[in-house]
Formats: sequence, C-alpha cells, structure tokens
Amino acid sequence: MSEVVIETRNLTKRFSRGEQTVTALRDANLEVRRGDFLALMGPSGSGKSTLLHLIAAMDRPTSGEIRVLGQDLARMSDGEIARWRNAHIGFVFQSFNLIPVLTALENVELPLKLTRLSKAKRLEHARRALELVGLADRLRHTPRQLSGGQEQRVAIARAIVTDPDLILADEPTGNLDANSARDALTLLSRLNQEFGKTIVMVTHDPHAARAARYVRYLEKGELLPDGQKPEDW
Amino acid sequence: MALPLSYNWRNLVARKTTTIMTALGIGLTVAVLLSTAAVVEGLQQSLRATAHPLNILVLRKGATAELSSTRSPEEFQVIRSKRGLATGADGQPLAALELVTVIVLENEAIPAGINITVRGISPSSWELRDGLRLAGGRRFQPGRREVVVGKNIAERYPMARIGQKLVFGRGAWEVVGVFDGGRSAINSEILCDINQLASDLNRAQALSSVLIRAQDEVAKQALINDITEDRRLNATAISEAAYYEQQTSSAAPIRYLGIFVAAIMAIGSCFAAMNTMYAAVARRSSEIGTLRVLGFSRYSVLISFLLESLLLSLLGGLVGCLLVAPLNNLQTGLGNFVTFSEITFELRITPPILLTGLGFALVMGSLGGVLPAASAARKQILDALRQV
Repeated sequence: MSEVVIETRNLTKRFSRGEQTVTALRDANLEVRRGDFLALMGPSGSGKSTLLHLIAAMDRPTSGEIRVLGQDLARMSDGEIARWRNAHIGFVFQSFNLIPVLTALENVELPLKLTRLSKAKRLEHARRALELVGLADRLRHTPRQLSGGQEQRVAIARAIVTDPDLILADEPTGNLDANSARDALTLLSRLNQEFGKTIVMVTHDPHAARAARYVRYLEKGELLPDGQKPEDW
Repeated sequence: MALPLSYNWRNLVARKTTTIMTALGIGLTVAVLLSTAAVVEGLQQSLRATAHPLNILVLRKGATAELSSTRSPEEFQVIRSKRGLATGADGQPLAALELVTVIVLENEAIPAGINITVRGISPSSWELRDGLRLAGGRRFQPGRREVVVGKNIAERYPMARIGQKLVFGRGAWEVVGVFDGGRSAINSEILCDINQLASDLNRAQALSSVLIRAQDEVAKQALINDITEDRRLNATAISEAAYYEQQTSSAAPIRYLGIFVAAIMAIGSCFAAMNTMYAAVARRSSEIGTLRVLGFSRYSVLISFLLESLLLSLLGGLVGCLLVAPLNNLQTGLGNFVTFSEITFELRITPPILLTGLGFALVMGSLGGVLPAASAARKQILDALRQV
C-alpha cells in the first residue's frame, strides 16, 4: 500500500454571510495515496473547490482534521504554510493566473525565486518545465501573446517546476476549448503516469474526470462515499 | 526572498499614464524643495566665497553689520599697530579702513530701484580680497569721483556699466571698471576711493569698519581677543567668515517658505502615491492571491508593493531633479537683511541637493506606499483570488 498523502477527518468549513452561516463542506473524510489522480466532481456549490482550498492550505477548516504530506495544516503558521506550499504543492487555476507583465519563462521561474537555486539553475529548471509542456519556443512570450491553451500549459509548467509532491488543479479545463482541454488533461495524465505525481483535480466536466484514475463526488457540502454519485448527476 | 524588481518596474510601465501623472506630482514637489535649496546654497556659497580664512573684520562694539558700525582713523592706527598682522606686498601691515553706504539703482525689472552697497576702500583693500580681478576697464584713481562695479551689478543694471555715471553723495561718479570676485558677494558691490566717499558723505571721522589679515590661525584668534578686549577701541572683532556666515540668515524666510510649500505639496503627493498604489493593489488582487499560493509570504507581498511605491517616487524624484537642473548657475538677487542691500548670486544645484531631492521623494513614496502595501499583504488568499 502506498503512503497516504492527504487525509481528512470530519473536515468542515462554514462561512458567515451576514447573520447566516453557510456550511460549504460537512464532515468530509478523504484519503488520497501517493501517485493517485483523483477527480473531485459535483455541481456548483457542492463544496469541491472548498475541499481543494483546504488541502492547499489556502483556507482554514472550521472543524475537523486535515493532514497533507504528513503535516497537520491547522497547527502551522502563515509563514510556515507559505514555505510548505512552495516546496510541496503545485497549483493550477481555472483562469491560469499568470502574471501578465512577466514572460512565460519568468512566470515559470517565479516559484523558484523562493528556493536557494542560482539564477542559472532557476532558468534551466523553468526552461525544462516549459519544454515538458511543449512550449520551448514560447519562452519570451508574455501571457497576452499566448493562446488560452498555451497559457494553461505555462501554468502547469509553473505548477511542476518545483517538483512538488502534490499537484492541485481547480477546473483546469474550465476556460479552454476542447482541443486545449484535451492537451491539458493529457499533460496532467502524463505527469501522473510517467512522473508519479499525485494529482487532485476539481472539475464538473465528465470528460475531464475521465483523465483521473478515480472520481469522488460531492453534493451540498458532503463528500459522497466512494462510488456514489449525486442523484441527478 | 522578495519578488523580482522587474515585476514592479514592468507594472509601472504597464500603467504608464498613472505612473507618469503620479511621478510628475512628486517631481513638482521635489522641484519646489530643490529650487529653495538651490537659492540657499547659492547664497551660502557666495557669502562663504567672500571671506578669506585669515581676515578679521573690526566693527563698533554692538554693531552687527558694517552699515551700523563706525570706526575712526585713530582707531584704525591702533588696530594697524597690533602684533600678528600679516604684511602686504609693500611690507606694511595688511589692514584697510573701509566705509560702507547704500545707494539705489533701478533696472527694468525693478523700476522702483533697490539698495546697492557702495564700499569706499583703501589701497590695501585690493590685497585683502585675493580673488578680486579686473574684468573690464580700469581701477578707480584715488582722489577722483570714479567707481568700479561688481560684475553682477554691471550685468543687472545698465546704468552702472563702464562709461555711465552714477549720482550719489555730492554728485556724479563715473564707472571706469568692472571687477570679478569669482563667486563672492563682493560682485554685488560698488567700490570707490574711501577718502572721496568720506568727503562726499561728511564722514571723515566716522568710517565703517577695519579689515585686517592675521599671519596665521593662532595669530587670528589672538588678534580677535586682543582687539575685542582693548578698551581704547570699543570694538568687536569677528572673523570675516563668521561675519558672512551670519548673513546667510537672509535666506531663512525663503528656506522656511520653500519647506512649508514643499511640505504641503508633499502631503498631496503622498496621497497621490497612496491612491495610485491602492488602485494597483485593487487591480492586481488576483495576482496577489496567486503569488501567495505560489508560496510568497505576506511579508514578500508587502515589500514588493512598498518597493513599487519607492520606485514610483524615485522616478518622481528624478523628474524633479531634471526640472530644476536648468536653474543651476542662474543668477538672481536677494535682499540682504544684514546689509539692507541686494546681494546677487547664482543658484546652485549640487549633488547633495539632488540627493536630498531623491531622499525626499523616497520619503513620500514610503509614506504613500506603506498603507496600500499593508493592505495587499493583509489580503486573505481566497478573497484576493476572487476579486477581479
């Protein structure tokens, strides 16, 4: 049995909206093992992004436990989480979230600025990551000069450049056309199969979910048992 | 580790209109401060250049200026006989009795006229003022109603050029020469024969001051003490350098007004920088969230936005320096509150003044940038990512 890299116990997240309290995620219990490629699916507002954000330590749970890569995230300070996230997590956004004023190469190099690597090493790693996603000829292009598909591939290169243990993708194909979406999913599959990267991907697109090794569904803030889908899904 | 500076620079370039407008605002504020500093520096340089380090000025006890001082020929002889005086080319003690008065000269810019110092000097006076050289014409001849004028006077007042006649005392005085005292304030004076001037003003026994030169620094201090303590003289001896240093107070009102205006403008510039940086933080909210997700700490975000504000203000500082650069060496005149006459000098934009301007700009940038940078650093990641 491979090592458990994500483990949640009764993980709950509530938000306050004025006087109302909304439960975005209720008592979620999840285990993800090293080398898994998990797709989290569910309708809008089902809590799948909330769960992903808690795994990435971008938000803190209201109650319950969460351990990612052996770390109890609830006990870590902001600074510790920032360093941990840089070293262990690669994040792919739906809207790519590249820095508009930086080139593809600089965008990919950015997470490495937080490491002790020399400038030459950083650029070498960034170049290699861009080669891996098929953009060796677009190093000096700014995001504005790239297509949506290319932007997402740069974002994937940025997510893998630090050689993270865990790649988290939030609707990575949500803003892409069919061809670009296929390319992005092929890339994520390769990263999982060839490089053994653990991936958790949030999507509501069944085609995208097929790239994953298994799927877990959420509905109204509840993580459904393995193999169970929402009724109207 | 901080975010790369190129990230901030390119963001400033990306929003160039806002950047230019803010930098101009900061630049104008810096320009106001530097213009004031240029006036003060120019005046101070001029006054300091006037003094010889070993010269001593002897005034009546209690007098703070030559204009309000009286010295008699007898007192001059006592002073001249003191030990420690340097000797001139003729082997005689280097000491000169001088008479100072003011006349009114007009020009197109000042039709009502302005006070100009006229100095009646002795033959030793030329030697006591080392840097003095004739720039045109000739020296006045003792016993004749002739004057030589400082080069600034000749430039600013057409009525005081060679060949012209100035009317004061008991009649007309012919301008026979123009002298150049380098950067010193003597360029703002008119020189003539002391005896002729004393005769015109009926002041043969009530002259103004005595200028002497000490052999060395030790002798200078001894002479100052000796003359000041000599009861026969009822005099105050002061080093020429200290005397002119006192006159730099003439620039105080300009300095305070300049600082006041610059301070008011600086508050406005701080708010302009703050507004620009708040807009940048709001516009780049999603970027801030992304940077945090990539692992950049709140501190890195704070430093990055603060640096961007400093970069913006530095740009403004450079604009300010460029705006005032043409003022360097520009000639201007200022009423001297000690001599009650005009002193002309050149504005000076020196490297320390430019550095002061850049420092002032950076202070504005840091004050204007700290709150927006803190607000960027305080953002919660998800809130930042959701804001578009």
